[in-house]
Amino acid sequence: MSAPHNVVIIGSGPAGLTAALYAARANLAPLMVEGLEAGGQLMLTTAVENFPGFPGGIMGPDLMANMRKQAEEFGATFVRGNVTAIDLHSRPFTITTDDGAVQARTLIVATGASAKLLGLPSERKLMGHGVSTCATCDGFFFRGKPIAVVGGGDSALEEATFLTRFASHVTLIHRRTSLRASKVMQDRAFANPKISFEWDTEVAEVRDSGGAVSSVLLRNLKTGMEKDLTIEGLFVAIGHTPNTALFRGQLEMDEGGYLITLGGSKTNVPGVFACGDVQDHTYRQAITAAGSGCMAAIDAERFLESHGH
Amino acid sequence: MASEHVKTFTDGNFESDVLKASTPVLVDFWAEWCGPCRAMEPAISAVAADYVGKVAIGKLNVDDNPGITMKYMVRGIPTIMLFKGGQIVDQVVGLVDKGALKQMLDKHA
Repeated sequence: MSAPHNVVIIGSGPAGLTAALYAARANLAPLMVEGLEAGGQLMLTTAVENFPGFPGGIMGPDLMANMRKQAEEFGATFVRGNVTAIDLHSRPFTITTDDGAVQARTLIVATGASAKLLGLPSERKLMGHGVSTCATCDGFFFRGKPIAVVGGGDSALEEATFLTRFASHVTLIHRRTSLRASKVMQDRAFANPKISFEWDTEVAEVRDSGGAVSSVLLRNLKTGMEKDLTIEGLFVAIGHTPNTALFRGQLEMDEGGYLITLGGSKTNVPGVFACGDVQDHTYRQAITAAGSGCMAAIDAERFLESHGH
Repeated sequence: MASEHVKTFTDGNFESDVLKASTPVLVDFWAEWCGPCRAMEPAISAVAADYVGKVAIGKLNVDDNPGITMKYMVRGIPTIMLFKGGQIVDQVVGLVDKGALKQMLDKHA
Protein backbone atom coordinates (compact mmCIF):
# COMPACT_ATOMS: atom_id res chain seq x y z
CA MET A 1 0.00 0.00 0.00
CA SER A 2 1.26 3.49 -0.85
CA ALA A 3 2.17 6.10 1.79
CA PRO A 4 -0.67 7.34 3.98
CA HIS A 5 -2.52 10.48 2.91
CA ASN A 6 -2.49 13.44 5.29
CA VAL A 7 -6.22 13.91 4.87
CA VAL A 8 -8.89 11.65 3.43
CA ILE A 9 -12.37 13.12 3.10
CA ILE A 10 -15.43 10.90 2.68
CA GLY A 11 -18.35 12.62 0.98
CA SER A 12 -18.53 15.31 -1.68
CA GLY A 13 -21.35 17.66 -0.69
CA PRO A 14 -20.71 21.26 0.41
CA ALA A 15 -19.11 20.10 3.70
CA GLY A 16 -16.68 17.67 2.08
CA LEU A 17 -15.75 19.96 -0.79
CA THR A 18 -15.14 22.95 1.49
CA ALA A 19 -12.96 20.74 3.69
CA ALA A 20 -11.11 19.66 0.52
CA LEU A 21 -10.61 23.27 -0.56
CA TYR A 22 -9.17 24.34 2.79
CA ALA A 23 -7.02 21.23 3.19
CA ALA A 24 -5.73 21.64 -0.38
CA ARG A 25 -4.84 25.29 0.24
CA ALA A 26 -2.98 24.17 3.37
CA ASN A 27 -0.84 21.96 1.09
CA LEU A 28 -2.21 18.76 2.61
CA ALA A 29 -3.08 17.19 -0.79
CA PRO A 30 -6.43 15.80 0.41
CA LEU A 31 -7.94 12.72 -1.21
CA MET A 32 -11.72 12.71 -1.49
CA VAL A 33 -13.86 9.60 -1.79
CA GLU A 34 -16.85 11.11 -3.54
CA GLY A 35 -19.46 8.47 -2.84
CA LEU A 36 -22.05 7.07 -5.17
CA GLU A 37 -24.25 10.15 -4.79
CA ALA A 38 -21.40 12.51 -5.70
CA GLY A 39 -22.19 16.16 -4.98
CA GLY A 40 -24.70 15.21 -2.30
CA GLN A 41 -28.25 16.37 -1.81
CA LEU A 42 -27.79 19.60 -3.75
CA MET A 43 -27.45 17.53 -6.92
CA LEU A 44 -31.18 16.82 -6.58
CA THR A 45 -32.28 20.45 -6.14
CA THR A 46 -32.96 23.19 -8.62
CA ALA A 47 -32.25 26.84 -7.80
CA VAL A 48 -30.36 27.50 -4.55
CA GLU A 49 -31.32 31.00 -3.46
CA ASN A 50 -29.79 31.13 0.02
CA PHE A 51 -26.11 30.50 -0.64
CA PRO A 52 -24.47 33.91 -0.15
CA GLY A 53 -22.63 35.35 -3.11
CA PHE A 54 -25.14 34.30 -5.76
CA PRO A 55 -27.76 37.03 -6.13
CA GLY A 56 -30.37 35.56 -8.44
CA GLY A 57 -29.53 32.06 -7.20
CA ILE A 58 -27.49 29.23 -8.63
CA MET A 59 -28.54 25.74 -9.69
CA GLY A 60 -27.59 23.12 -7.09
CA PRO A 61 -25.60 20.93 -9.53
CA ASP A 62 -23.73 24.01 -10.83
CA LEU A 63 -22.82 25.09 -7.32
CA MET A 64 -21.42 21.64 -6.59
CA ALA A 65 -19.50 21.50 -9.87
CA ASN A 66 -17.95 24.89 -9.02
CA MET A 67 -16.97 23.77 -5.52
CA ARG A 68 -15.36 20.63 -6.89
CA LYS A 69 -13.44 22.58 -9.52
CA GLN A 70 -12.20 25.04 -6.92
CA ALA A 71 -10.93 22.26 -4.63
CA GLU A 72 -9.32 20.48 -7.58
CA GLU A 73 -7.49 23.63 -8.69
CA PHE A 74 -5.69 23.71 -5.36
CA GLY A 75 -4.64 20.07 -5.54
CA ALA A 76 -7.45 17.94 -4.12
CA THR A 77 -7.77 14.55 -5.82
CA PHE A 78 -10.88 12.41 -6.14
CA VAL A 79 -11.90 8.76 -6.08
CA ARG A 80 -15.33 7.71 -7.31
CA GLY A 81 -17.66 5.31 -5.59
CA ASN A 82 -18.56 4.45 -2.02
CA VAL A 83 -16.45 3.50 0.95
CA THR A 84 -17.13 -0.15 1.74
CA ALA A 85 -15.20 -0.50 5.02
CA ILE A 86 -13.35 1.64 7.53
CA ASP A 87 -10.83 0.77 10.21
CA LEU A 88 -10.27 3.47 12.80
CA HIS A 89 -8.81 1.12 15.42
CA SER A 90 -5.25 1.29 14.12
CA ARG A 91 -3.21 4.19 12.71
CA PRO A 92 -2.95 5.28 10.00
CA PHE A 93 -6.68 4.70 9.42
CA THR A 94 -7.66 2.37 6.56
CA ILE A 95 -10.44 3.31 4.18
CA THR A 96 -11.57 0.66 1.69
CA THR A 97 -13.45 1.38 -1.52
CA ASP A 98 -14.47 -0.76 -4.50
CA ASP A 99 -11.14 0.09 -6.10
CA GLY A 100 -8.89 -0.76 -3.15
CA ALA A 101 -7.76 0.58 0.21
CA VAL A 102 -6.08 3.86 1.15
CA GLN A 103 -4.52 4.96 4.42
CA ALA A 104 -5.01 8.28 6.17
CA ARG A 105 -3.41 10.17 9.05
CA THR A 106 -6.61 12.17 9.48
CA LEU A 107 -10.12 11.45 8.29
CA ILE A 108 -12.89 13.96 7.62
CA VAL A 109 -16.35 12.40 7.59
CA ALA A 110 -18.81 14.31 5.41
CA THR A 111 -21.11 11.51 4.36
CA GLY A 112 -24.27 13.58 4.77
CA ALA A 113 -27.80 12.27 5.07
CA SER A 114 -30.25 10.45 2.82
CA ALA A 115 -33.97 10.87 2.29
CA LYS A 116 -36.22 9.13 4.80
CA LEU A 117 -39.19 7.07 3.72
CA LEU A 118 -42.59 6.67 5.36
CA GLY A 119 -41.95 2.99 6.01
CA LEU A 120 -45.09 1.60 4.39
CA PRO A 121 -44.74 -1.69 2.48
CA SER A 122 -46.88 -0.23 -0.31
CA GLU A 123 -44.50 2.73 -0.56
CA ARG A 124 -41.49 0.50 -1.11
CA LYS A 125 -43.30 -1.66 -3.63
CA LEU A 126 -44.31 1.37 -5.72
CA MET A 127 -40.95 3.15 -5.63
CA GLY A 128 -40.26 4.16 -9.21
CA HIS A 129 -43.87 3.49 -10.15
CA GLY A 130 -45.31 6.65 -8.70
CA VAL A 131 -43.49 6.94 -5.36
CA SER A 132 -40.38 9.11 -5.45
CA THR A 133 -37.95 11.00 -3.23
CA CYS A 134 -36.57 13.13 -6.07
CA ALA A 135 -38.83 15.76 -7.63
CA THR A 136 -36.19 16.97 -10.07
CA CYS A 137 -35.64 13.40 -11.28
CA ASP A 138 -39.19 12.23 -11.56
CA GLY A 139 -41.48 15.29 -11.91
CA PHE A 140 -41.28 14.87 -15.67
CA PHE A 141 -43.37 11.68 -15.52
CA PHE A 142 -46.39 13.47 -14.07
CA ARG A 143 -47.16 16.05 -16.71
CA GLY A 144 -50.82 17.04 -16.40
CA LYS A 145 -51.42 14.56 -13.54
CA PRO A 146 -52.44 15.09 -9.91
CA ILE A 147 -49.74 14.35 -7.37
CA ALA A 148 -49.03 14.77 -3.65
CA VAL A 149 -45.99 15.74 -1.59
CA VAL A 150 -45.59 14.52 2.02
CA GLY A 151 -43.71 16.75 4.45
CA GLY A 152 -43.64 20.25 5.90
CA GLY A 153 -40.07 21.48 5.65
CA ASP A 154 -38.20 23.50 3.07
CA SER A 155 -37.52 20.51 0.85
CA ALA A 156 -41.19 19.50 0.82
CA LEU A 157 -42.27 23.00 -0.19
CA GLU A 158 -39.53 23.36 -2.75
CA GLU A 159 -40.58 20.06 -4.30
CA ALA A 160 -44.26 21.00 -4.24
CA THR A 161 -43.56 24.35 -5.91
CA PHE A 162 -41.22 22.79 -8.47
CA LEU A 163 -43.71 20.02 -9.28
CA THR A 164 -46.45 22.52 -10.22
CA ARG A 165 -44.49 22.96 -13.46
CA PHE A 166 -45.60 19.48 -14.48
CA ALA A 167 -48.53 18.37 -12.37
CA SER A 168 -52.15 19.42 -12.83
CA HIS A 169 -52.40 19.79 -9.04
CA VAL A 170 -50.16 19.25 -6.02
CA THR A 171 -51.57 18.32 -2.60
CA LEU A 172 -49.20 18.88 0.29
CA ILE A 173 -49.79 16.39 3.10
CA HIS A 174 -48.46 17.38 6.50
CA ARG A 175 -48.78 15.83 9.95
CA ARG A 176 -49.18 19.17 11.71
CA THR A 177 -51.20 22.39 11.32
CA SER A 178 -48.21 24.57 10.62
CA LEU A 179 -45.18 24.22 8.38
CA ARG A 180 -41.57 24.02 9.49
CA ALA A 181 -40.41 25.55 6.20
CA SER A 182 -38.97 29.06 5.91
CA LYS A 183 -41.35 31.98 5.50
CA VAL A 184 -40.36 32.68 1.90
CA MET A 185 -41.00 29.07 0.85
CA GLN A 186 -44.35 29.10 2.67
CA ASP A 187 -45.45 32.36 1.03
CA ARG A 188 -44.55 30.99 -2.37
CA ALA A 189 -46.49 27.76 -1.80
CA PHE A 190 -49.55 29.52 -0.33
CA ALA A 191 -49.65 31.88 -3.32
CA ASN A 192 -49.49 29.02 -5.83
CA PRO A 193 -53.01 28.21 -7.10
CA LYS A 194 -51.96 24.66 -8.01
CA ILE A 195 -51.03 23.75 -4.42
CA SER A 196 -53.57 22.75 -1.75
CA PHE A 197 -52.97 21.46 1.77
CA GLU A 198 -54.09 18.52 3.90
CA TRP A 199 -53.22 19.46 7.48
CA ASP A 200 -52.89 17.12 10.49
CA THR A 201 -52.84 14.28 8.04
CA GLU A 202 -50.72 11.21 7.44
CA VAL A 203 -50.47 8.78 4.57
CA ALA A 204 -51.85 5.46 5.78
CA GLU A 205 -51.37 3.57 2.54
CA VAL A 206 -50.32 4.00 -1.05
CA ARG A 207 -52.72 2.29 -3.42
CA ASP A 208 -52.05 1.14 -6.94
CA SER A 209 -53.86 0.08 -10.02
CA GLY A 210 -51.96 -2.44 -12.12
CA GLY A 211 -48.63 -1.63 -10.48
CA ALA A 212 -48.69 2.18 -10.67
CA VAL A 213 -49.83 4.59 -7.95
CA SER A 214 -53.52 5.45 -8.25
CA SER A 215 -54.34 7.03 -4.88
CA VAL A 216 -53.28 7.45 -1.27
CA LEU A 217 -55.32 6.69 1.80
CA LEU A 218 -55.13 9.73 4.08
CA ARG A 219 -55.83 9.65 7.80
CA ASN A 220 -56.61 12.80 9.75
CA LEU A 221 -54.62 12.56 13.00
CA LYS A 222 -57.10 14.73 14.96
CA THR A 223 -60.39 13.24 13.85
CA GLY A 224 -59.27 9.77 12.74
CA MET A 225 -61.24 10.23 9.52
CA GLU A 226 -59.89 8.44 6.48
CA LYS A 227 -60.27 9.39 2.86
CA ASP A 228 -58.88 8.45 -0.50
CA LEU A 229 -57.02 11.03 -2.56
CA THR A 230 -56.66 10.27 -6.25
CA ILE A 231 -53.08 10.92 -7.38
CA GLU A 232 -50.58 9.34 -9.72
CA GLY A 233 -47.41 10.43 -7.97
CA LEU A 234 -46.36 10.61 -4.31
CA PHE A 235 -43.21 12.54 -3.44
CA VAL A 236 -41.83 11.84 0.02
CA ALA A 237 -39.94 14.74 1.65
CA ILE A 238 -40.14 13.99 5.36
CA GLY A 239 -36.55 14.51 6.33
CA HIS A 240 -33.29 12.65 6.35
CA THR A 241 -31.26 10.01 8.17
CA PRO A 242 -27.50 10.40 8.56
CA ASN A 243 -25.23 8.08 6.56
CA THR A 244 -23.29 6.64 9.47
CA ALA A 245 -23.75 2.85 9.19
CA LEU A 246 -20.03 2.48 8.33
CA PHE A 247 -18.99 4.06 11.60
CA ARG A 248 -21.16 2.09 13.99
CA GLY A 249 -19.07 0.84 16.87
CA GLN A 250 -16.18 3.15 15.93
CA LEU A 251 -17.50 6.71 16.27
CA GLU A 252 -19.88 8.02 18.92
CA MET A 253 -23.32 8.89 17.64
CA ASP A 254 -26.59 10.05 19.14
CA GLU A 255 -29.81 7.99 19.21
CA GLY A 256 -30.67 9.29 15.72
CA GLY A 257 -27.36 8.03 14.33
CA TYR A 258 -25.83 11.50 13.95
CA LEU A 259 -22.12 11.71 14.73
CA ILE A 260 -21.33 13.60 17.93
CA THR A 261 -18.80 16.39 17.54
CA LEU A 262 -17.14 18.30 20.35
CA GLY A 263 -14.95 21.39 20.38
CA GLY A 264 -15.51 22.19 16.70
CA SER A 265 -15.50 19.14 14.46
CA LYS A 266 -13.73 16.58 16.66
CA THR A 267 -15.22 13.13 17.07
CA ASN A 268 -14.34 10.74 19.90
CA VAL A 269 -11.43 9.35 17.85
CA PRO A 270 -8.49 11.79 17.71
CA GLY A 271 -7.71 12.62 14.09
CA VAL A 272 -11.25 11.91 12.89
CA PHE A 273 -13.39 14.97 12.21
CA ALA A 274 -16.99 15.29 11.06
CA CYS A 275 -18.81 18.05 9.21
CA GLY A 276 -22.08 18.75 7.42
CA ASP A 277 -25.39 16.94 7.76
CA VAL A 278 -23.81 13.75 9.15
CA GLN A 279 -23.35 15.62 12.46
CA ASP A 280 -26.05 18.30 12.18
CA HIS A 281 -29.78 17.68 12.47
CA THR A 282 -30.50 21.27 13.45
CA TYR A 283 -29.43 23.59 10.63
CA ARG A 284 -28.83 21.31 7.62
CA GLN A 285 -28.09 24.11 5.17
CA ALA A 286 -25.55 24.19 2.35
CA ILE A 287 -23.85 27.16 3.97
CA THR A 288 -23.67 25.65 7.46
CA ALA A 289 -22.34 22.42 5.94
CA ALA A 290 -19.69 24.41 4.06
CA GLY A 291 -18.80 26.32 7.24
CA SER A 292 -18.40 23.12 9.24
CA GLY A 293 -16.29 21.64 6.41
CA CYS A 294 -13.92 24.57 6.78
CA MET A 295 -13.75 23.92 10.54
CA ALA A 296 -12.96 20.24 9.98
CA ALA A 297 -10.11 21.04 7.59
CA ILE A 298 -8.59 23.53 10.03
CA ASP A 299 -8.98 21.03 12.89
CA ALA A 300 -7.29 18.33 10.78
CA GLU A 301 -4.46 20.70 9.87
CA ARG A 302 -3.85 21.53 13.55
CA PHE A 303 -3.97 17.87 14.49
CA LEU A 304 -1.32 17.05 11.86
CA GLU A 305 0.86 19.97 13.00
CA SER A 306 0.69 18.89 16.63
CA HIS A 307 1.74 15.38 15.57
CA GLY A 308 4.73 16.60 13.61
CA HIS A 309 3.43 16.19 10.04
CA MET B 1 -19.25 8.22 -20.49
CA ALA B 2 -19.79 6.41 -23.76
CA SER B 3 -18.85 2.79 -23.88
CA GLU B 4 -18.67 0.56 -26.93
CA HIS B 5 -20.45 -2.20 -25.01
CA VAL B 6 -23.46 -0.13 -23.96
CA LYS B 7 -26.27 -0.41 -26.50
CA THR B 8 -28.97 2.12 -27.21
CA PHE B 9 -32.52 0.81 -26.92
CA THR B 10 -35.49 2.63 -28.43
CA ASP B 11 -39.22 2.20 -28.92
CA GLY B 12 -38.25 0.92 -32.38
CA ASN B 13 -35.70 -1.76 -31.51
CA PHE B 14 -37.00 -2.85 -28.08
CA GLU B 15 -38.90 -5.85 -29.43
CA SER B 16 -36.00 -7.24 -31.43
CA ASP B 17 -33.06 -6.21 -29.21
CA VAL B 18 -34.56 -6.74 -25.75
CA LEU B 19 -37.67 -8.90 -25.80
CA LYS B 20 -36.41 -11.36 -28.43
CA ALA B 21 -32.75 -11.31 -27.45
CA SER B 22 -31.02 -14.65 -26.89
CA THR B 23 -29.25 -13.45 -23.72
CA PRO B 24 -30.64 -11.63 -20.69
CA VAL B 25 -30.82 -7.87 -21.29
CA LEU B 26 -30.31 -5.10 -18.74
CA VAL B 27 -32.11 -1.86 -19.61
CA ASP B 28 -31.18 1.44 -17.96
CA PHE B 29 -34.05 3.95 -18.20
CA TRP B 30 -32.46 7.42 -18.06
CA ALA B 31 -32.58 11.05 -19.21
CA GLU B 32 -30.06 13.82 -19.81
CA TRP B 33 -31.50 15.99 -17.02
CA CYS B 34 -31.41 13.28 -14.34
CA GLY B 35 -28.37 13.74 -12.09
CA PRO B 36 -28.47 10.28 -10.49
CA CYS B 37 -28.77 8.71 -13.98
CA ARG B 38 -25.57 10.46 -15.04
CA ALA B 39 -23.91 9.34 -11.82
CA MET B 40 -24.67 5.73 -12.75
CA GLU B 41 -23.01 5.86 -16.16
CA PRO B 42 -19.58 4.60 -15.03
CA ALA B 43 -21.16 1.60 -13.29
CA ILE B 44 -23.25 0.74 -16.36
CA SER B 45 -20.22 0.99 -18.65
CA ALA B 46 -18.16 -1.15 -16.28
CA VAL B 47 -20.68 -4.00 -16.03
CA ALA B 48 -21.33 -3.82 -19.78
CA ALA B 49 -17.63 -4.51 -20.36
CA ASP B 50 -17.54 -7.28 -17.73
CA TYR B 51 -20.57 -9.18 -19.06
CA VAL B 52 -19.88 -9.03 -22.80
CA GLY B 53 -21.48 -12.07 -24.46
CA LYS B 54 -23.38 -13.05 -21.29
CA VAL B 55 -25.79 -10.13 -20.79
CA ALA B 56 -26.65 -7.36 -23.25
CA ILE B 57 -26.61 -3.99 -21.52
CA GLY B 58 -28.09 -0.79 -22.87
CA LYS B 59 -29.79 2.50 -22.14
CA LEU B 60 -33.22 3.76 -23.05
CA ASN B 61 -33.78 7.51 -23.05
CA VAL B 62 -37.22 8.16 -21.50
CA ASP B 63 -37.59 11.54 -23.25
CA ASP B 64 -37.14 10.04 -26.70
CA ASN B 65 -38.96 6.75 -26.08
CA PRO B 66 -42.29 7.37 -24.36
CA GLY B 67 -43.82 4.16 -25.73
CA ILE B 68 -41.65 1.68 -23.84
CA THR B 69 -41.40 4.02 -20.85
CA MET B 70 -45.19 3.99 -20.51
CA LYS B 71 -45.60 0.33 -21.32
CA TYR B 72 -43.43 -0.66 -18.35
CA MET B 73 -44.91 2.11 -16.14
CA VAL B 74 -41.57 3.70 -15.44
CA ARG B 75 -42.34 6.73 -13.28
CA GLY B 76 -38.94 7.34 -11.81
CA ILE B 77 -35.38 7.19 -13.01
CA PRO B 78 -32.85 5.78 -12.91
CA THR B 79 -34.74 2.48 -13.21
CA ILE B 80 -32.89 -0.66 -14.15
CA MET B 81 -34.85 -3.62 -15.50
CA LEU B 82 -33.48 -7.05 -16.31
CA PHE B 83 -35.30 -8.92 -19.08
CA LYS B 84 -35.01 -12.63 -19.77
CA GLY B 85 -37.02 -14.33 -22.49
CA GLY B 86 -39.10 -11.17 -22.95
CA GLN B 87 -40.09 -10.94 -19.27
CA ILE B 88 -38.92 -8.66 -16.47
CA VAL B 89 -37.07 -10.89 -14.00
CA ASP B 90 -35.67 -8.17 -11.74
CA GLN B 91 -35.70 -4.41 -11.34
CA VAL B 92 -34.23 -1.73 -9.15
CA VAL B 93 -35.13 1.94 -8.85
CA GLY B 94 -32.71 4.70 -7.94
CA LEU B 95 -28.96 5.03 -7.87
CA VAL B 96 -27.12 1.74 -7.28
CA ASP B 97 -23.44 0.85 -7.52
CA LYS B 98 -21.55 -1.61 -9.65
CA GLY B 99 -21.67 -4.26 -6.93
CA ALA B 100 -25.48 -4.17 -6.77
CA LEU B 101 -25.75 -4.43 -10.56
CA LYS B 102 -23.41 -7.42 -10.59
CA GLN B 103 -25.37 -9.12 -7.83
CA MET B 104 -28.55 -8.69 -9.85
CA LEU B 105 -26.92 -10.05 -13.02
CA ASP B 106 -25.26 -13.00 -11.30
CA LYS B 107 -28.58 -14.04 -9.80
CA HIS B 108 -30.24 -14.31 -13.20
CA ALA B 109 -27.58 -14.66 -15.88
